[in-house]
Amino acid sequence: MVSLSINGTHVEVPEGSTILDAARKLEIHIPTLCHLDLHDIKMVNQSATCRVCMVEIAGRRALAPACATPVTPGMEVRTHTPRVINARRVVVELILSNHPKDCLTCQKNSHCELQALAAELSIHEISYAGEMTHHRTDASSPALVREMDKCVLCRRCETMCNQVQTVNVLSGVYRGFNTTVATAFNMPLADSACVSCGQCVAVCPTAALSEVNNVPKLWSLLADPNKYVIVQTAPAVRAALGESFGLPVGQAVTGKMVTALRMLGFDKVFDTNFAADLTIMEEAAELIHRLKHGGKLPILTSCCPGWVKFFEHQFSDMLDVPSTCKSPQQMFGAVAKTYMAKQLGIEPERLSVVSVMPCLAKKYESGRAELNVDGLPEVDLVITTRELAKMIREAGITFNTLHDEQFDQLMGESTGAAVIFGASGGVLEAALRTAYEWLTGKNLEHVEFGMLHGIKGIKEATIPIGDLNVRVAVASGLGNARRLLSDIRAGKAHYHAIEIMACPGGCIDGGGQPYHHGNIHILEKRTQALFNEDKGKRLRKSHENPAIQKLYADFLGEPYSALAKKLLHTTYVKRRKL
Amino acid sequence: MKKIATYKDLADAYVRWQPLMALRQEAVHAGAERHELLVCGGTGCQSSRSMELLHNLEAEIKAAGLEKKAVAHVTGCFGFCEKGPIVKVFPDDVFYVEVTPADAKDIVHDHLVNNILVERLLYEDPAKPGCHLEKQHDMSFYKKQERIALINCGLINPELFEEYVAVEGYQALAKCLQDMSPTDVSDAIKNSGLRGRGGGGFPAGVKWEIAGKQPGPEKYMICNADEGDPGAFMDRSILEGDPHSVIEGMIIAAYAIGASQGYVYIRAEYPLAVQRLQRAVDQAKEAGLLGDKILGSNFSFELEVKFGAGAFVCGEETALLRSIEGGRGEPTSKPPFPAEKGLYGKPTVINNVETLANVPQIMRRGPAWFSAIGSEKSKGTKVFALAGKINNVGLVEVPMGITLREIIYDIGGGIKNNKQFKAVQTGGPSGGCIPAADLDIAIDYDTLVAKGSMMGSGGMIVMDEDNCMVDIARFYLDFTMEESCGKCTPCRVGNKRIHEMLTEITEGRGTMEHLEKLANLSSVIKDTALCGLGQTAPNPVLSTLKYFYDEYVAHVRDKRCPAGVCVKLLNYVIGDACIGCGLCSRGCPVSCITGEKRKHHTIDQARCIKCGACETVCPVKAVVRSK
Repeated sequence: MVSLSINGTHVEVPEGSTILDAARKLEIHIPTLCHLDLHDIKMVNQSATCRVCMVEIAGRRALAPACATPVTPGMEVRTHTPRVINARRVVVELILSNHPKDCLTCQKNSHCELQALAAELSIHEISYAGEMTHHRTDASSPALVREMDKCVLCRRCETMCNQVQTVNVLSGVYRGFNTTVATAFNMPLADSACVSCGQCVAVCPTAALSEVNNVPKLWSLLADPNKYVIVQTAPAVRAALGESFGLPVGQAVTGKMVTALRMLGFDKVFDTNFAADLTIMEEAAELIHRLKHGGKLPILTSCCPGWVKFFEHQFSDMLDVPSTCKSPQQMFGAVAKTYMAKQLGIEPERLSVVSVMPCLAKKYESGRAELNVDGLPEVDLVITTRELAKMIREAGITFNTLHDEQFDQLMGESTGAAVIFGASGGVLEAALRTAYEWLTGKNLEHVEFGMLHGIKGIKEATIPIGDLNVRVAVASGLGNARRLLSDIRAGKAHYHAIEIMACPGGCIDGGGQPYHHGNIHILEKRTQALFNEDKGKRLRKSHENPAIQKLYADFLGEPYSALAKKLLHTTYVKRRKL
Repeated sequence: MKKIATYKDLADAYVRWQPLMALRQEAVHAGAERHELLVCGGTGCQSSRSMELLHNLEAEIKAAGLEKKAVAHVTGCFGFCEKGPIVKVFPDDVFYVEVTPADAKDIVHDHLVNNILVERLLYEDPAKPGCHLEKQHDMSFYKKQERIALINCGLINPELFEEYVAVEGYQALAKCLQDMSPTDVSDAIKNSGLRGRGGGGFPAGVKWEIAGKQPGPEKYMICNADEGDPGAFMDRSILEGDPHSVIEGMIIAAYAIGASQGYVYIRAEYPLAVQRLQRAVDQAKEAGLLGDKILGSNFSFELEVKFGAGAFVCGEETALLRSIEGGRGEPTSKPPFPAEKGLYGKPTVINNVETLANVPQIMRRGPAWFSAIGSEKSKGTKVFALAGKINNVGLVEVPMGITLREIIYDIGGGIKNNKQFKAVQTGGPSGGCIPAADLDIAIDYDTLVAKGSMMGSGGMIVMDEDNCMVDIARFYLDFTMEESCGKCTPCRVGNKRIHEMLTEITEGRGTMEHLEKLANLSSVIKDTALCGLGQTAPNPVLSTLKYFYDEYVAHVRDKRCPAGVCVKLLNYVIGDACIGCGLCSRGCPVSCITGEKRKHHTIDQARCIKCGACETVCPVKAVVRSK
């Protein structure tokens, strides 16, 4: 332990702590901007670039950044001397002097950390006005927009992209006043190896990085009398949407969400969970097929489009390893525009499938050319949890007092296995529930595989199924995925099945979820919300879903059948590493 | 080359090669049997065709049939760049200045063949016009100099390994490996009082000690040769003139800290230094002085040359480390200091070229010898690059504690064209400007900082009455603003804002409020920037505000530039001397000059763009700047 004093108060903290850590222990607030500590997912942005958290240390010539200065024994720190206050104010004024003042119309209005900081420091005028930088806005990506004039060079996105996700697309470029964060050669993001995971957006303090806003398009679509607009909602959305309306973190709002979606004007409100159950049927069938026919192992899940694009870029020599199953979002679209359209008697051309996703990569995925039904996109439009919240607010719906409604029949029924897709480990657990029963012919009593739960980056287990010891692993966060895949490529790791999600903690931490602003505990509570919902379900195994059974009986035949392969399975392409 | 695998091999090599230096180390009177001609092969003299001169000397020697009696060599920088190219003739100890390739003939025929000095190539004593000096040590430029880091520059051929060994090269290394423990070595450097010559002035021995005490086998020794201060060229000159001294210093340092891998980080824009350094590294490897079990000891050390792409900030040690690692060259927070957590997270010592060049001399002659030189807290010598409005531009090595006046007037020969001295800017672009009132301070690390400037790498730029101090401050900010890595807010945005305000002031749009803002912003940047570059960048502003506040006020309040530099603030007017020739009128790009033939012309100030074309073309100097 190291003992020091802050503002004259004595405090003891473990060695290696920063002044900021010590101040927090004393509940002394030191304003920060670039700093972000997501310890549990191993993302600590300690770039110390913004110089907002400066403090005075006795005996030191210059001020020091509290976020990056380790404590030393006997250190005497002052956090709000006139010198510190002046320096902090000047620094924030400097940042603001090169920041657009369009707060009223900004995407991040009232969610912006810079805006909050300016308010906190009572900055009402900018003494150091001058030239401002002009960077070209990069709207090439179908998932996210880079508006670098709003960048404060906190470098969180870089830390996330390079150290946590190891996608290695973003880096500081140019010098001096023109410095910005960009791709190699400043190429359009769409041409880079960006996987659209959106984790950079999730940590951006301003609107320099934001999602592609599909709200206006969706309003137009809903207003179009010739369109029959249906919506599907991913499991993780219900676990986080309430946060946008001030409801307690971890409170699932499934019923309110369904009501709100109906009020917004959707013709049918369905559940992606239905398609998640369908995914399990196909994936479990594929796994069993591989096990029985000496196919390639391990099988890797392919629900996550960020992960899919990642392996297409980074492991393009291993394209035969991932499952060929489309993601639940796309399976939903494929079934909707064939089976369901026929059932409802609507021409597929008139049917629009909208997804509400916790994810930015889903926006990208829906535009992948091969994911179509007879030339029609399987999914027409994707909005995120955040965009849905905006629409609900825009429509004047008082969300918190809504009554609960049920999903529509046909593609709205799901099991507990599907809802846990939204949390890391959930897909694999769901697959195991079904694979176990199919392989052994026995009833699985204890459906929960606790060792696969939680936001830990890599989880491993060996699960006896009949006389087979099935070795499984779960990775969330692409850096962890890279580690696992590298080991497999090097022949150092042997598994039967692996679940991978691009975002740390799984979809509950997706790039389209309400901003967590560095509060990592939110993720745990969202996870818990999904597992609670699973517990409350009567049916907890995908193959028990009667709607799914009916779909196979009426339309697809059996899992992994020729029609199932045509509609529900896909192929992958080799991509450049850069 | 035969390996120098043991201490005895080195002793034998010294005995074998020592005669190579005989002519140069023992001056004799004119009329010697054999001669050696040393031609400065530094970058500056090379650009004044010294290699062509060398070639001509060789050809003339051959033509005169003197191949057995005379030889011409390339050597390192003599420092007297103002008077380059320089040829020094041994053993007569004659110093020829401003030698052109065409002078080779006279030097060979008059001096070598006929024993007559080529008087026109001798240095003329400015104090006694007509009096020519032939000996280097008689010249006021050299009298107060003391060479330690530059000891072999201008003495040996930097391309010959044998000559370095012949001046007791690698003896210091042998002494360390044979007789001293690593701790003894860092103690010796600590006791010598050697402080980092790259800018900060951190005690080198303490740095070594900290790194030496870190646990773990993997440590790195790095030489910072990313000399970036405009006008400073001491590190380049040392590497060009005596690369082995730096290599020897590095091996000794590596031994002291326990590093087995080293890097020299050198900017690629120093092609000659790179070439000579690389050759020296290859020679040392071939001789076995780099590699496994050096001189038969248990110590092994590998050395690699890494190139910088020329970013000024990469001279900052943490940025340099990131650059070697392959990342973007930008600084990281300290602590942790590189000595604890440096390259690839391992303990790393980074010393500048000049620091390392001192090390072999200190180890050979002892810490007490070194610490007897210099001032109380700054020991030894410092190399300065003299530039600006000074007569003797060049590289000088002087004991710490010498006064600015001695450097500028005794060594530097005073101000060009007998103008009035105004200020001297020390420490590179982020140093401060020191006024005439402080010319008598004894300069060392601490006195310069106390005056709002710094030692930096040793740049020294002299300014006279024709320099506008506001413009000077703006000029330096222009540099640091461009060279900022852009990582931290104060440096990225703050220095830009300072530059903008200075531009406003020099263009006549300044207000008194600007001056207050400048002072506050400058002190906040100093207080909050992430690295040395940002923290020191406002120094030129703060020091000129402090010492030349009246010049700022003149710009702001009177819209006047007292030095007549700030173009937007001055008016060109045509005086009584005008003969009405009309040249100015015809030369004016905006046709704002009118007047009848042979009558006085006038300039329409409202339309004048202050280009100065009229002033240039006026045959009678009738166009004057009204300040």
